[in-house]
Amino acid sequence: MAHRPYYSERGDRIESRAPVEVSRYRGFTRANHWVTAFCLIALALSGLALFDPALYFLTALFGGGQITRWIHPIIGVVLFVSFALMFIQLWRLNMPKPEDTTWVTKIGDVVKGNEDNLPELGKYNAGQKFVFWGMTGLIVVLIVSGVLIWQQVVGHLVSVPVRRVAVLVHALAAVAIILVFIMHVYAAIWTRGTLRAMTRGTVTGGWAWRHHRKWLREIASRDTKGPAE
Amino acid sequence: MNDMANSPTTAVSNPPVQPTEAYFNAGDIVRISATRNVPQPDRQLEKLAKLIDVSKCIGCKACQSACVEWNDTHPEIEENVGVYENPHDLTPNMFTLMRFAEWENPATNDLEWLIRKDGCMHCEDPGCLKACPAPGAIVQYSNGIVDFVKDNCIGCGYCVTGCPFDIPRISQVDHKSYKCTLCSDRVAVGQGPACAKACPTQAIVFGTKADMQAHAETRIEDLKSRGYENAGLYDPAGVGGTHVMYVLHHADKPGIYNELPENPRISPIVEGWKGVTKTAGLAVIGLAAVGATLHGLFSRGNEVEEHDTEAAKTLVVEGRDPDEDPHKGGPA
Ligand code: HEM
Ligand code: SF4
Ligand code: SF4
Ligand code: SF4
Repeated sequence: MAHRPYYSERGDRIESRAPVEVSRYRGFTRANHWVTAFCLIALALSGLALFDPALYFLTALFGGGQITRWIHPIIGVVLFVSFALMFIQLWRLNMPKPEDTTWVTKIGDVVKGNEDNLPELGKYNAGQKFVFWGMTGLIVVLIVSGVLIWQQVVGHLVSVPVRRVAVLVHALAAVAIILVFIMHVYAAIWTRGTLRAMTRGTVTGGWAWRHHRKWLREIASRDTKGPAE
Repeated sequence: MNDMANSPTTAVSNPPVQPTEAYFNAGDIVRISATRNVPQPDRQLEKLAKLIDVSKCIGCKACQSACVEWNDTHPEIEENVGVYENPHDLTPNMFTLMRFAEWENPATNDLEWLIRKDGCMHCEDPGCLKACPAPGAIVQYSNGIVDFVKDNCIGCGYCVTGCPFDIPRISQVDHKSYKCTLCSDRVAVGQGPACAKACPTQAIVFGTKADMQAHAETRIEDLKSRGYENAGLYDPAGVGGTHVMYVLHHADKPGIYNELPENPRISPIVEGWKGVTKTAGLAVIGLAAVGATLHGLFSRGNEVEEHDTEAAKTLVVEGRDPDEDPHKGGPA
């Protein structure tokens, strides 16, 4: 292929024509996503269990306080590795583009669902990019602060003043990432037809046209040039 | 029926030969880690304190040995690396440690050997208890004793983060936190702590906090009469006072005694972490979760419309741009 596609990944393609379906994520990316999601939920639950006494009962999900304390940072490391893999696959199309600014200034139309007033977009809109970069930044903060307060592994190496700052930063970043997570799940459900991108791997042509028109156009133009079905 | 022990007023008396009942128990707990609204006991026990007179200590470590013996701990045998401390630091098996400092007094040019018995201070406002996330892992009795309850400890190390004196140590064997108990098990049956009992110079004395403060006064007076004009009692107000206090010959400079903190208090970072971060954090998470759920249930959602599907068909199947042909789909 001559040059890198600008709005799509090379693997994104027209999956079927009647009805039109477009493949958005291959199996590996989807598995990667669900491992990450599972880790994040497990981390939120085990972390919140220690966050406030009112939620300590959540330790029962993991088999008690000691096990919760033990397993949380281990899941954290798995999350970090899993997210890093996703990052490598997704960062390019999550770079900001000029149309993101227009999209953000028209956030009222986004919320009202007035898609006609919005600019045409590539694979991700500014909201999705915000979730992506928010997760990226917060996961880095969480792994660094988390390792610093990892009693079992580095407990004897980290000074008390550093631990104090790290545990505060970790708690604040955890709250922030849970908010980003809620936003992410909410947007995926509110924008009907999105979830199947991460379950079946495909979206309908109508969905792609409505929300990610430049993405669809690029794939479609590639499709006609490529070998016929 | 056994006799009930009395609140101890000294560490020097010998125990009675007949068995005695503990004079305080779980009913006298005033604070419990990770537990709000602890029911307050209807009696207030006499406040107790251990007083360590640094000026009387000869550094013999009998107190350390007594601690190891009474608590049946087994500190590792270490290498001699040319310092007096042994072991090198407080450990999960060593609840108290003699720390030695060689200090040159600028006023007299004398070399002073300052020996401080380090260990839990039994703060009236304990940072360890404030930080602990596990309900019931740390408790405070109305006589001032702060005790760790091993069975409830999860080994997270938050107590280390919360303590202004860097006292608790987490075991790498059972992942539980350990520190001086003020010999709560001895005190409960009317005895003083093992260290105080063992001290050959009575540098460590034990009794009611009021008695210990009065005793400290006489010691300070004596020290002042012998030229230590800054002698004083270390009972820091920042943590509400402590139930282990020091008589220091240089009370104006606690730092020279191996970094005894000058104005210890629960760190504002710890207060912020355990205070507003939790309240505000839970509130925003709760609001966001409830808001998103309700909105998700009652709003229509952003549905793909018929003209979108048509447009996609035009583009993909017919290979034409729907926007250029208003009759075939495209935004109406
Ligand atoms: C990325 C790697 C992570 C590591 C290495 C890590 C590590 C830790 C550690 C060591 C603790 C102290 C308790 C314990 O020892 O288990 C902790 C607490 C906590 N973690 Fe994490 N964590 C990570 C990610 C996360 C994530 C993604 C979240 C949120 C979704 C989270 C939420 C929390 C919360 C809420 C606490 C309790 C903080 C408090 O008590 O205020 N952690 N974490
Ligand atoms: S290590 Fe144990 S005592 Fe210390 S804060 Fe954690 S649960 Fe509480
Ligand atoms: S000295 Fe540290 S461990 Fe002891 S009661 Fe105070 S805060 Fe807790
Ligand atoms: S037993 Fe008494 S004199 Fe000996 S080291 Fe301990 S406090 Fe000092």
